[in-house]
Amino acid sequence: MISKTLGKIYIALIMIFLYAPIGVLIVLSFNDSRSRVVWGGFTLDWYTSLLNNSTIMKALGTTFGLALSSALIASVLGVLGAIGIYSMRQKGYKLMLFATNIPMINADIVTGIALLLWFVRFLPLGFTSVLLAHVTFNIPYVILCVLPKLKDMDIYQYEAALDLGAKESYAFIHILLPQILPGVLSGFLMAVTMSMDDFVITYFTKGAGVNTLSTLIYGQIRKGIKPEIYV
Amino acid sequence: MNRNRYRLLSIPYVIWVIGFTLIPILFILIRALTDDGGAFTLTNIVAIFSPLHRKALIMSLCLAFISTLICIILAYPVALILRGSRIKKKNIILFILILPMWMNFILRILAMQMLISNNGIINHILELAGLSPMNIINTPRAIVLGMVYDYLPYMLLPVLNSILSIPEDVIEAAKDLGSDKFHVLTRIIIPLSLTGVGSGITMVFVPSMTEFVIANILGGGKIQLLGNIIEQEFTVSMNWNLGSGLSVSLMAFVLITSFIFGRNNESTATGITI
Repeated sequence: MISKTLGKIYIALIMIFLYAPIGVLIVLSFNDSRSRVVWGGFTLDWYTSLLNNSTIMKALGTTFGLALSSALIASVLGVLGAIGIYSMRQKGYKLMLFATNIPMINADIVTGIALLLWFVRFLPLGFTSVLLAHVTFNIPYVILCVLPKLKDMDIYQYEAALDLGAKESYAFIHILLPQILPGVLSGFLMAVTMSMDDFVITYFTKGAGVNTLSTLIYGQIRKGIKPEIYV
Repeated sequence: MNRNRYRLLSIPYVIWVIGFTLIPILFILIRALTDDGGAFTLTNIVAIFSPLHRKALIMSLCLAFISTLICIILAYPVALILRGSRIKKKNIILFILILPMWMNFILRILAMQMLISNNGIINHILELAGLSPMNIINTPRAIVLGMVYDYLPYMLLPVLNSILSIPEDVIEAAKDLGSDKFHVLTRIIIPLSLTGVGSGITMVFVPSMTEFVIANILGGGKIQLLGNIIEQEFTVSMNWNLGSGLSVSLMAFVLITSFIFGRNNESTATGITI
């Protein structure tokens, strides 16, 4: 009994550790004083000033646009790639799986620098280069979410549909896709999260003028931060 | 029969892998192995053993090692406790524990900074309570704290997954055969959870080894990790060859750890999230 209570306390402590800083951020976003410590009363001013701050809103737009478009491209390429890998022979299968793992095992900083070195050869750094970079590190998540679903899938249903005269595109949309859809969705969501959370790779591949929320905040830390950001 | 045609579907992806994964790595290797003029040299690779860089390397290794260790020590009991409890809400608790991952990582570090900085909230509370303020910002301890805070979910997830998925029958069988609690833990639970711990280690050690943001924000730029040096070579000193050389050396260290702790099995980590 005692050990159970202790266990609960322990888990509660871990949760406090994980959530206290976030809680502080939320509280501060309503704080009416510029200081980080002093509570100057409840206010929504920062929220209104956020909506009027074009730099932050633009960065926010870039972040979301980047996350959605890179996740979408990664999902399409990833699903096709996963189906292709799935139907490969042993050797190609292993090789491709290894290649898929590279961006995941590799440190962000190395991936970012490698992409930077490559991009400067043919592409002005900017939104496009960041987008390409994000797609690159997002595809593996999609593939690793879709492949297990393909393995569990009942391939005979698909073949039966073909035998019964269904067109390949029809069988693909009505039989294959529904079966792997959960995997595709979770891959897509992972990709969106990863893209929104990324700082290091964006930092290296972005040119001047393009900012996601992460890089904007990082830039502002040095100048001193306004509470708008916490919002 | 038509398998061949399906393989063609992966062509765009194969092109992508070659274009945006393999070629960039090739580029970084070329940069690392040449000097300004483009002549072959090993100096950039060996540069990691120069006194300044060696210090940063050792610092990075130490901090990453300590952070990983603390993460294991913190995460393992959570998994054991959750396994022992009969609550059905296990999944909800798991979800709550990993939810912070969904929040922007720079913001989380920033929040940490506000908590522990010299005129931050914790010191304010300590002052109100009449205690002497603590001084941990800009020290290695602050960086370790930031890393643990940031990467703990990455350890929790695989460790929890592996421990919660040990079938109850195995443990029952061991108990029937006369094992006590200690034996069950050391002979069954720990060996069976090693894969989870292994992928947790890779997921914590690799990013904390290569970190430069946390060190910049919480270390106040006074503590140089290998990541900071590489970043400066690219953004300030503009010595891209040296930066690449150091990155390649760093990559070697990362690969060595990945090999030691087994293949980075991220599927165990991602499997349960959705």
